[in-house]
Amino acid sequence: MDRIPILKMGEYLLVTIQADMHDRLAMTLQDDLTEQIVKHRARGVLIDISALEMVDSFIGRMLGNIAGMARLLDAETVVVGMQPSVAITLVELGLSLKGIRTALDVEKGMEGLRLALGNGNAAG
Amino acid sequence: MLRVERSDIREIRTSEDVVAVRQAVRREAVAVGFNLVDQTKIVTASSELARNTLDYGGGGTVAIETVLNGVRCGVRLIFEDQGPGIANIELALKDGFSSGSGMGLGLGGAKRLSHEFEIESETGKGTRVSIVRWKG
Repeated sequence: MDRIPILKMGEYLLVTIQADMHDRLAMTLQDDLTEQIVKHRARGVLIDISALEMVDSFIGRMLGNIAGMARLLDAETVVVGMQPSVAITLVELGLSLKGIRTALDVEKGMEGLRLALGNGNAAG
Repeated sequence: MLRVERSDIREIRTSEDVVAVRQAVRREAVAVGFNLVDQTKIVTASSELARNTLDYGGGGTVAIETVLNGVRCGVRLIFEDQGPGIANIELALKDGFSSGSGMGLGLGGAKRLSHEFEIESETGKGTRVSIVRWKG
């Protein structure tokens, strides 16, 4: 069965979502991520959606679910790399992804996670 | 008068088919000359409607068409299923209404992302949703 790979980097988990994610794959990612957060005692989750050419209400809901579940497990989530055309479409669709931290790219996302976790001055 | 230039009918039976519909709609939108934002809007609308066809209609078909109306050209998508139908269309179009896995933005969202939107549904017979987005 296909799975979206989850990479561990220190206390963070990194996920890059491929362009053509079908719904079952999204559901699997949700389950896998919650497991991995607990297993690795992760404090932050970074989800790169720069390859996504559209975000519909299902994917939007999945991102919200992940952020919500991660928060309950004491981890912060940041979604990075949304394409401008995707952002325009999402707002028109009626989805503003409230409660989801976003950043323009991976670097800014990591910075945001560090700040959110209160170790903004820590190296690496 | 609306003229159909090209039509491609696809089955929607699995969540992989929903992805294939998105890809086919993207190709059609590119062929018609949509800019990136317009492509993204119609692809997103197609994803919402294809999922509805699969999840609530029990599967069905979509016709992906290039249409001409005088000098305007656009993409029309017609989703059809023989599922249980929608008892209250007005309610189903409201944001926040959901009987399933989404956020309740499927129908209303697809309508907002389209220039023309028509829905016909009969309880026990099925649902037909047709949208058009014109080239900007």
